[in-house]
Amino acid sequence: MIIAIRIQQVGKRFGQTQALDGVDLTIEQGEFFGLLGPNGAGKTTLISALAGLVRVDSGCLSVMGLDVQQDYQAARRRLGVVPQELVFDPFFSVRETLKIQSGYFGVRNNDAWIDEILDNLDLRSKAQANMRTLSGGMKRRVLVAQALVHRPPVIVLDEPTAGVDVELRQTLWRFIRRLNADGHTIVLTTHYLEEAENLCTRIAMLKAGRIVALDSTANLLRRFSAHTLRLRLAPAAGGVALAECCAGATEQGGWWLFPFDRFDEVEPLLAQIRQAGGVIADLEIGKPDLEDVFLRVMQGQDGRADGL
Amino acid sequence: MGYSGFYTLFYKEVLRFWKVAFQTVAAPVLTAVLYLLIFSQVLAEHVAVYGTPYASFLIPGLVMMSVLQNAFANSSSSLIQSKVLGSIVFVLLPPISYREFFAAYVLAAMVRGVVVGLGVLLASACFAPLMFEHPWWIATFALLGGALLGSLGVIAGIWADKFDQLAAFQNFLIMPLTFLSGVFYSIHSLPPIWRELSRWNPVFYMIDGFRYGFFGVSDIAPWWSLSVVASCLLALSALSLRLLRTGYKLRA
Repeated sequence: MIIAIRIQQVGKRFGQTQALDGVDLTIEQGEFFGLLGPNGAGKTTLISALAGLVRVDSGCLSVMGLDVQQDYQAARRRLGVVPQELVFDPFFSVRETLKIQSGYFGVRNNDAWIDEILDNLDLRSKAQANMRTLSGGMKRRVLVAQALVHRPPVIVLDEPTAGVDVELRQTLWRFIRRLNADGHTIVLTTHYLEEAENLCTRIAMLKAGRIVALDSTANLLRRFSAHTLRLRLAPAAGGVALAECCAGATEQGGWWLFPFDRFDEVEPLLAQIRQAGGVIADLEIGKPDLEDVFLRVMQGQDGRADGL
Repeated sequence: MGYSGFYTLFYKEVLRFWKVAFQTVAAPVLTAVLYLLIFSQVLAEHVAVYGTPYASFLIPGLVMMSVLQNAFANSSSSLIQSKVLGSIVFVLLPPISYREFFAAYVLAAMVRGVVVGLGVLLASACFAPLMFEHPWWIATFALLGGALLGSLGVIAGIWADKFDQLAAFQNFLIMPLTFLSGVFYSIHSLPPIWRELSRWNPVFYMIDGFRYGFFGVSDIAPWWSLSVVASCLLALSALSLRLLRTGYKLRA
């Protein structure tokens, strides 16, 4: 097992704020890892510490086994970071920007890879355009391209799809999935939990600078969230008291909600409802989603998660 | 690998000012030529320094002033701009060492200073005869002066958080130091108190040593000027490198 990122007992304080409080995390090479948390949880500080933009007060961080402080040059060559802010250098064209960024990492004669990135991010037609003239979405694509230009084995995307259109998201995720399939380790922070659920195989949730949940996406969904059978009864059924006959049933706005874990629980549940005199007028099955997990973890319904 | 990071940063800094050369090269050349026209016209009949016409005396001072001001402007404005815009992250993420960072910014500042200085020299040569008694002194002081103000620009660019802080640095420190450094006069023409105060101005030594290269005459011995300039350069470089090494205002 090759460790792509190792974070050990990392602490960082900004004035009165404890931004990171003893964070421990290990990410294996080839993982598609999600780092989630509310605003101010410490996600960007952790990424910045990994990238050398923030110096931690305690603990240590390494990228591909290389300490980000002691061996910063080698560590940075192996890391590509897409910053959260939409920043750009207004003096240069897209191609110049990428060639310059490539040169900073000591990679020369990189035109073939730059062309490939431009093609994959649908930027080829804008290659000669000045950065100032690009739309927000296009600037975001260039930020992604800049992070990839030196072919880093570890790629960190800090909210890369914030405020961008569906087309870019699809283009971006197609390319990032391909890089992940080629062996690149991906670390993603996002507030779009559906994206994290679909893309990430493992997820850490941060709250007030501490990791409050860390597990595979499937396990988190299983442990913190359940399928939900939602149904509405026909008016003829009158006031059937489902809460009494079916354990865990709750009513919300005229809909009855029945949480369940396995699909073979559904039929007995429906039989119970029929026995109680209920006539079903409408029915849906809701899948477990990461939003439920996120809310429950952040509200502290489960103090600590396994794997910590 | 490291060499390429440095080279690319240097190239980017030169390309940055060259892309807006009308503003960064042509404008200061025009300003210096206007100074020359106005001052030489007004004072030509009244002043001769070192036995040379006033316009000829004035030109090296204006050239050096342009070198210094533009070297400072290049590194300081590039840094503050990228800090305010947030694009500084593009040079902080790569494996560029603090020494390479410093060298790239200062070298690019020197290039801009020398390019503007040459522009002023060429343009003003049309208005008055010039001598080049000691070309090596001219080159030495131009390069050291450019490096010194380039370093000061790095410090100012790192220290300033906003454009107005940098403007204050420029207007309340750089401008007075350059204008009160003997660009327009010999300090021998000053009252004793001002003459003494001028000796505490490092820019005075840069101008005086540079002018020595043209006329072979100066207010202060050129080796003494060289020592002062080199000492100031070492001190500012050390401070600048320290700020970069510790990540002051760049890395949280």
